[in-house]
Parts: sequence; C-alpha cells; structure tokens
Amino acid sequence: MSADTGSGRKLEHFVSQAPFDPHAIEALSPEQERYYMASQWQLMWWKFIRHRLALISGGFLLIMYASILISEFLAPYNLHTRNINSIYAPPQSLHMFHEGAFIGPFVYGNRFTLNLSTLSREYKEDTTKIYRVQFFCRGDAYKFWGYLDSDLHLFCVEEGGTLFLLGTDRLGRDILSRMIYGARISLTIGLIGITLSFLLGMVIGGIAGYYGGVIDLVVQRMIEILQSFPQIPLWMALSAVLPVTWSPLLIYFGITVILAMIDWTGLARAVRSKLLALREEDYCLAAQLMGAKPKRIIGRHLMPGFMSHLIASATLSIPTMILGETALSFLGLGLRPPVTSWGVLLNEAQNISVVALYPWLILPVVPVVLVILAFSFLGDGLRDAADPYK
Amino acid sequence: MLQYLVRRILIMIPTLLAISLIVFLIIELPPGDYLESYISELQAQGETVDQKHIEFLREQYGFDKPVMTRYWEWLTGMMVGDFGFSFEYRLPVSEVVGDRLFLTILVSTVTIIFTWVIAFPIGLYSATHQYSWGDYGLTFIGLLGLATPNFLLALIMLYFANVIFGTSIGGLMNPDYIDQPWSWGKFLSVLEHLWIPVVVIGTSGTAGMIRRLRANLLDELQKQYVTTARAKGLPPLRLLLKYPLRTAINFFVADIGSLLPNIISGAELVAVVLSLPTTGPVLIAALQSQDMYLAGSFLMFLASLTVIGVLISDILLAWLDPRIRLAGGAAK
Repeated sequence: MSADTGSGRKLEHFVSQAPFDPHAIEALSPEQERYYMASQWQLMWWKFIRHRLALISGGFLLIMYASILISEFLAPYNLHTRNINSIYAPPQSLHMFHEGAFIGPFVYGNRFTLNLSTLSREYKEDTTKIYRVQFFCRGDAYKFWGYLDSDLHLFCVEEGGTLFLLGTDRLGRDILSRMIYGARISLTIGLIGITLSFLLGMVIGGIAGYYGGVIDLVVQRMIEILQSFPQIPLWMALSAVLPVTWSPLLIYFGITVILAMIDWTGLARAVRSKLLALREEDYCLAAQLMGAKPKRIIGRHLMPGFMSHLIASATLSIPTMILGETALSFLGLGLRPPVTSWGVLLNEAQNISVVALYPWLILPVVPVVLVILAFSFLGDGLRDAADPYK
Repeated sequence: MLQYLVRRILIMIPTLLAISLIVFLIIELPPGDYLESYISELQAQGETVDQKHIEFLREQYGFDKPVMTRYWEWLTGMMVGDFGFSFEYRLPVSEVVGDRLFLTILVSTVTIIFTWVIAFPIGLYSATHQYSWGDYGLTFIGLLGLATPNFLLALIMLYFANVIFGTSIGGLMNPDYIDQPWSWGKFLSVLEHLWIPVVVIGTSGTAGMIRRLRANLLDELQKQYVTTARAKGLPPLRLLLKYPLRTAINFFVADIGSLLPNIISGAELVAVVLSLPTTGPVLIAALQSQDMYLAGSFLMFLASLTVIGVLISDILLAWLDPRIRLAGGAAK
C-alpha cells in the first residue's frame, strides 16, 4: 500500500545528493571556538573589560599606586619643607599667556600683606614677576626611599618663585606635595589591612564552612556579635589602646591590624556560605574518598572555585578601610605626624573657621573620594566578571 | 508569636554578655590605668602626691582587685543601674550619659527615617528603570555620598548652613536654649540644627540601602508571577505596588540590622565635628584619658542600641511575615 497507488503522481521534493557530514552542525565559528576554548580567567577578563567604568577605575588605581613608588620625584617640594613667607597661601593658578604672549606654563609672584585691621593674611598676584615652571629640574634635596640622595623633581619653579598649586598649610608646607606623599600611607593601609582580613576571613570562614556543626555555630555567633558593634566607636576604642610611646611605624601597623580585626567578618561569611554549598559537590566527595586531608581539599579543590568572588568582595571592602583610617586620623586617634596620610592632612581642617578662611585645606578629600569611588567601581566590575558563565 | 518573641529575647542575653566581655577587655587593654595618668598629671603640675590618698583611691575604685572580680562587679552593677564612676567628671556614669544617650537615640532614629524616606522611592525607581540614565545618575550620587568622608561633609554643610540660613555653629540647639526646659522655641531650634547631622549621617547609609533594595527588587521583578500578572494586563504601577513591593518591605525592615551600626558609627563621628551634645565627643575624651568606666559604658550602650534595634526589626518582621513567625525555629 504505497502512496503512488492512489493518485499515480509522485510528490516532487528535493533531496541533496551531497554526502551528509554529521559534524557540520556542531562546527563552531572561529569566534565561538575562541569563546568555548578560553580558560576561566580568560573569560573573566573578557567580561571585565566590557565594564568600561571598572576598567577606567582600575587604570586610575594603577596610576595612583604607581605614583607612590616615586612620590619624592613627583612632589615639587619635600614633605616637611616650610616656607615661612607663605603661610596659609591660597592655591596659585597656572598661566600660559602673559599680556597676550605665549610663554608656556608659569606662575606670577605672590605678594603677601598682613591686613592690619582683621589680622588676616592676604596674598595678591604680582603680575610683574614671572616664574616659569620647569620640568626635570633640581629642587629640594631628598633621600629616595630613604637611601638614594637626589634632588631631581618632575616639575618645579624658577629660582625665587613659589609654586603652591593647591596652597599651603599653617606652617607654609605645600599641600600638593603633602598629598602626593600622603598617598603612600593612605593607599597601602587599605591593601595591607585587606590582606590581613582576607587571611583571617579565609581561615576562619573556611574552618566554619568545612566542618560545620558546633564550630560553625560558634563562629557564626562570634561574627554576629562583632557585626553588631558600631565600627567607628570600636575602632576608636581599639586605637586608643595603642601606647603613645610606640614609634609612628608601629602605630601604622597597629592601625592596620585594628582595621582588619573588625573587617574580616564579611569575608568569613562569604567563604563559609560558598564552602557549605561546594562541599556537597561530587568532586569534593571524590577527593575525600581518595583520602585527601581537609587542608588539601579546602585549599586545592574548593578555594579556587570561589577565589574570584572573594577577590571581588575584598576589593569592595577596601574603601571602608581607607575611610576608617581617614576618620581615625582626622579625630587624632589614628596616625600621627610626622607620618602623613590623607586623614592626617584633613586633621588640619578640623574646625569650621578653616573651611571659612582656608578652604583649600580640605582638598586632600578629593583623592580620598576618587580612590574610594574607583575601588567601588572596580569591585563592581570584578563581581560581575567573577562568574563569567552567567 | 509569643513563643517567637520569648525565644528571640532569650537569644539576646548571651549576645549582650559576649559584648560586655569584649568591651571590658578593650577598656582593660591599655597599659596603666586612670590613676596613673592622674598621678603623672598631678606631678606635672608640681603638686606632691600623697601616697596614702592614692592607695585610698585605688581601693575605692577597686583597682587592686583581680581582673575577673572587677568584670563581675561591673557586670552586676550594670544590671541594677550602677554603671560605675566617671573619674574625669567625678560623677556617676549614668548622670553623664543620660541626656547624651537620649540625643544619640533621637539623632539615630530621625536618620533612619530619613534614610528610608530617601532610599525607598529611589530604590524603586532604580529597579524599575534599570540601566536608564536616571538609574545611573542616582546610583552615582549615592556612591558619591558613600565615598565622601562624613566628617568633612558635615563641616562643609555646617559652613553653608551658617552662611545661607544663619544657623548657629555647632550643637543641637541655639546656645540660648541649652539649660532651659523644653519649649516650642527650643523644639524648633533643635529641628533647625538636627537636619545637618541627619543628612550627613544619612548619606552613607542611603547609598547602601538603595543598592540593596534595587538588587532585591530586581530579583523579585524577574519572577514568574510578575510575568503572569503582566501578561494578564495588570497596570504596571498597581502590579509593582501590590506584589514585589510587599516582599521588598520585609527586606527593608530586616535591613535595619546592617543599617543601625552604620548610622551609630556615623553619628559618633559627625557628633565630634559638629560638637553635638551626643555621646561621640565624650566617648573620645573618655577613651583618651582612660576614663574606663565611662568609655566602657558608652561602648556598651552603643552596642546594646544596635542589638535592641535588631530585636525591634526582627519583631516587626515576624509581625509582617508569617513565614518567619511560624518557622522561626525550623529555619535553623
């Protein structure tokens, strides 16, 4: 009983004579191939660079961190150079043209007068004097990283002039130079602190998550209690504990330890919850059956699985640390001069009269805000990229 | 509900005990004690120090007893309302703390309300208009608020409030009202001064809250019941208000646990800059002069404030959400 018995007319339809290759359907375009063959880190990188803001922030932070390697060279003046003739001098503006003629970057002279009725210091631009800004010139002598003697600066002003692009403080020290030097402390305190809290969080969270049971319960309660403390008062109390007799360097490390001691809880929680989920996976069971020790299972098999998440959340908690240090130093409980961080600089701007009279003293807040924003965006980008398969 | 309440309050007790232990450890940690700094201060002023007087003081304040005994005495004292004695003020701690604690609570409460009022509509808008310019702009402003150090913002706003509105600088009321009984004028004066700390402290908390609310709502908006409701032709606004928002409100109440420590931290810091008569300035002074009972009680109060705040939010949550009320024990 075939079809052609009824009508007697065959249905026309096309049949390709070419041999059929079953693999042809599965063949990938070069683009797809590249995507499927890429390693996890490669995928993360691709996803990360699509987040423009995070990329820019990352670049900005790289530049900032690179700058702390050569602070002495970048800063036009030394950290402690005092200019008795220009105390509380306002920012000088950079000019290019003098009376219509181009002469390159230069500043006018600064004329200082004491207003005898209000006793305030008044500075006026003296347009008769021109001081060119020079590059790669000789200025204040310094010891590069404390060892190499040098006096080379990226830019400085001609002999006799002053170059205070962001003004000076109550001792006539250049704010811009102090900000460049302050970056050293402010930026590293976040990094060292986060390294410490990263280690703490990983170890404690790892133990809690892997073993579970009573250990987990105790750690969980501990974290809850620590998190119920308001951070700043606790930081204040702990930094008041640091003895006054300690050297500034010791205080610096003390402060980082304090910042880390309270900050690890969030990371520990993240590690714990991830471990709880991952330890049920088959490959973990397989490792156990083959007799791997918990240390090896956690470190070798489980950690790599969520390392990217951890890095992202660590990046997001650096801002808290930088802000914490700034706040503590601002209150006079953190770092103390001669160690200079942005918080120490802001300590000068503690009262309202400063804001009214010498507003440029609050300029060190600008790098603080920028760095914190950059870390937030970078952390966001990293978090999105951390799971490239999504 | 009652069972849940009792269980919830019982959990609080070990937490508070642990907090008191930590606080006591912190105030015990600094080498030396108040008497030592007191003696050196006297010597610096050229006064002779009577050894007997010192011994008497030492005994009086219990510095000669072992640590555990002192902790026990401090703890049991607190239960009956005896918080110890402030060396600096030469007053019982409770008298120094009283008013200031009230004002701290006032500032914190108003700040929480402010944070909610701001964060709620913005979070709602950001979630429903994801990736729009408005979303980006508002998120950016929120981040900026997060990134600016509170204390500096406080200074700048104080300055402008003074220049533009003529608000007197510092404090929580006009200097004329300070030692007067409460009146309408005093109330207005407090209101006039209160908004600066509230806005300043609120900015950092608001940003975090907006982000969390946005993320939460976005999760909710992707669920199938929302698609179903949309497909059935429910007006978008009504849909939003009726379903996803209700789940988001639960989260909003629960979030107080992470908001409160943040706000109290900010309040302490800002209080120093604005010289508010709250706990901040006294706490710092007490920490610096090793006035340990005063500092300890302050820390204890601030931590208890958070614990109690979280308790309130948990109770509210249980009232709002039957799942928590009924399965409170099963969830563990």
